[in-house]
Amino acid sequence: MNRNFWRRFKSKTAMSIIYVLTGFALVPLGLVLWYTIVKGLPAISHVEFFLNVERPVGIPGSGISHAIVGTAFMVGMASLVAIPVGVISGVYLAEYGHGRWANWVRLASDVLVGAPSIALGLFAYAILVVPLHHYSAISASAALSILMLPVVIRTTESAVGLIPGGLRESGLALGLPRWRVSLQLIVPAAAPGVITGALLAVARAAGETAPLLFTAFGNPLWSLDPTQPMSALTLVVFRDALTPFKELQDQAWGAALVLVMMVLVTNLASRWVLRRQIRLAGQL
Amino acid sequence: MAAAIETSRLTPAAPKTLDRYRTVTAFVSGAAPAALIVIVLTLLQQAAPAISNYGLAFLVRSVWNPVTLDFGALPYIYGTVVTSAFAIIIALPVGLSVALLLAEQGAQGIRGAIGTGIELLAAIPSVVYGIWALFVVAPFSLRYLETPITERLGFIGFLSGPPRQYSFFTASLVLAIMILPTLAAVSRDVIRAVPRGLRESSTALGATWWETTWRVILPTARAGIFGATVLALGRALGETIAVTMVIGNRDEIPPSVFSPGYTLASKIANEFSEATGNLYPAALIELGLVLILVTLTVNLVALLLVRSTQARMAA
Repeated sequence: MNRNFWRRFKSKTAMSIIYVLTGFALVPLGLVLWYTIVKGLPAISHVEFFLNVERPVGIPGSGISHAIVGTAFMVGMASLVAIPVGVISGVYLAEYGHGRWANWVRLASDVLVGAPSIALGLFAYAILVVPLHHYSAISASAALSILMLPVVIRTTESAVGLIPGGLRESGLALGLPRWRVSLQLIVPAAAPGVITGALLAVARAAGETAPLLFTAFGNPLWSLDPTQPMSALTLVVFRDALTPFKELQDQAWGAALVLVMMVLVTNLASRWVLRRQIRLAGQL
Repeated sequence: MAAAIETSRLTPAAPKTLDRYRTVTAFVSGAAPAALIVIVLTLLQQAAPAISNYGLAFLVRSVWNPVTLDFGALPYIYGTVVTSAFAIIIALPVGLSVALLLAEQGAQGIRGAIGTGIELLAAIPSVVYGIWALFVVAPFSLRYLETPITERLGFIGFLSGPPRQYSFFTASLVLAIMILPTLAAVSRDVIRAVPRGLRESSTALGATWWETTWRVILPTARAGIFGATVLALGRALGETIAVTMVIGNRDEIPPSVFSPGYTLASKIANEFSEATGNLYPAALIELGLVLILVTLTVNLVALLLVRSTQARMAA
């Protein structure tokens, strides 16, 4: 009796410790969001923040429009390469993913996810900045596309894998060739999941700083020329936060808030879409 | 997936003709392995001047002088290892708790919310953690963690003072938060893969929840949890921006974890765009090469561990 009480007590205690530690895990999330909102709101509450470019310290009306445009431009260019290649690779893995080659692709993309992003920046510097003799947006896009690729591959594979075999079998039973079944039945059915994966990759790329440091480099002015240096939200946060000027630090918090909003919206929306997709796939 | 094998076996559609769709997609999917190989080879080629000039001594010397072109990587390797190891020590108990909680059955509402929270933790950009760490965590850690610890335990070498705001310790704290989602998510998957029968048998024998967890579930999932830890270690080794903002940037091997230092990634981030000449950039790229080779190896080992555990439990 006494011994059983002790055992139950131990189990309850362990359970409580685990609950407390899990609570600890969520504290940083709350704190990061809280501080980013509180410190970022004053900066983004002026409309000039979204319309103007950087101004020297002390002159009001400074903004980050060039950085927002820069991030969108560079991530957009990276997506043009990474999303098609990633989706095709993912479809291949889901459709024919049993051989040795598919396992190599899977292993390579899983390893690539963990490759340090700064090393990708060094790589892009070596292949694009050195030959062109100056920093450029296109080199940043190259680094970002490598970063996005494995994310797109694996999310596409799992989205396509969710589609029940019955759909494929009915297509094949109607005499459709394999490629038509894949492109006209399976991929459209998996489209929401595939798009979600692509969006997650976009969000991840937009939040990266390290690969941009010596590729895009940053630019205080508007630029839409892919061969010239370009600014990005993350670069604004990184550089301005480390300056001793209050105005610039506030601007960094503002840019951080814009980044966090973007990432949160993308992630919550994609979770919602994915859950719906799983439910729909169950009904197919 | 099993259905896919069967259909391909059953389709009469001319087995001898080449499936062009398959060939094309297989070719495109070569992009990921190709990128991996090309990246490593390019960095190797770019670092070649430094490698041939300094040899293996580069890895064990602790001098960094761009004027005399004398370079050694030891302080940065040391900093990377120390911050990552500390981050793991801090994150492991928390991550494992989250994983155990998420892998349990029932109360899906709360579990879903915790899972979403952990996923958002992974989604927040590194630079946002950086600015938060710079202005919030670093002062807090100096005042409420580092100073009290050095005052009470300062006689232990690596906990000695004087404490500094920007230090290995602050960097480890931030790193711990950043690797937590990886640790929790992968461990959860491994723990979920433990066969239900084991859990049920243990409960049927009258074991409490904790006895089942401690004596049955954790030992079964041990290799996979170890893999998850190693995977998180890989993330910690390569993390750049948040660490760069709070590590203090000092080219030395300090005795205490409360002193400023440097990591491989933050050294590159801070100096590469200013490096001129031939040997200086090459030396920095060699740091990058060391970093990527170590992280890739660590990741590979971790992936193989996690996969083999899951496969063994599925069998």
